Amino acid sequence: MEIKKEQQGSTLTIKVIGRLDAGSAPDLSKELTTALDGVTDLTFDFAELKYIASAGLRVLLVAQKRMNKQGTMKLTNVSESVMEVLDMTGFAGLMTIV
Amino acid sequence: MEKITVDATIDNLQTVTDFATNYLEEHSCPMKVAMQIELVIEEIFVNIASYAYHPEIGPATFCLEFEENPAAVLMTFIDGGRPYNPLERIDPDTTLGIEERDEGGLGIFLVKKNVDEITYEYEDGKNILRMKKIF
Repeated sequence: MEIKKEQQGSTLTIKVIGRLDAGSAPDLSKELTTALDGVTDLTFDFAELKYIASAGLRVLLVAQKRMNKQGTMKLTNVSESVMEVLDMTGFAGLMTIV
Repeated sequence: MEKITVDATIDNLQTVTDFATNYLEEHSCPMKVAMQIELVIEEIFVNIASYAYHPEIGPATFCLEFEENPAAVLMTFIDGGRPYNPLERIDPDTTLGIEERDEGGLGIFLVKKNVDEITYEYEDGKNILRMKKIF
């Protein structure tokens, strides 16, 4: 997995590239603990995210809960296979997907 | 039957999924199904790696067997860790709001959603989880 961040003021876009699995999810989690400081508008760009497992979902859930307190969060360019996992777990209804 | 035994650690997750992916390709498994199988393998293997022997490290064995008419794969996970029946885990309530949702139980829930049959038994000191996925 590779993470690319683009920040303008309090607006942050995080591009997650590759696989968000049990091996890589802790890296994203760690990244987010400081990257979200002061952010009010968070976008995850999943255009190049090919695969997500429950470890990745947990990171998204924690991020969503945090952003609910300090701003908004959305997921963009979600692929069919990742969307399927979000749908199955009810996450699609908990998050803003555009 | 194809079989691999590794130390149940997160570092070996890729070894097990790669092992499976190679055989799935050989058996012309559709890509979408292969990805669902990969998810199933990850969730079970990660569970074993995280809890079965904790804080020690122990082995996990993964077996693959293919069936025809209908095309399907039989998958078995065997570990010698503490007895644990993942099927007894209560499914997360997917209708709950964000603040009520907790982070547990998602993995085994995804497994159940992505296989056609799943059984668990504890025999001779081993957890044995068998799953069937129709292509």
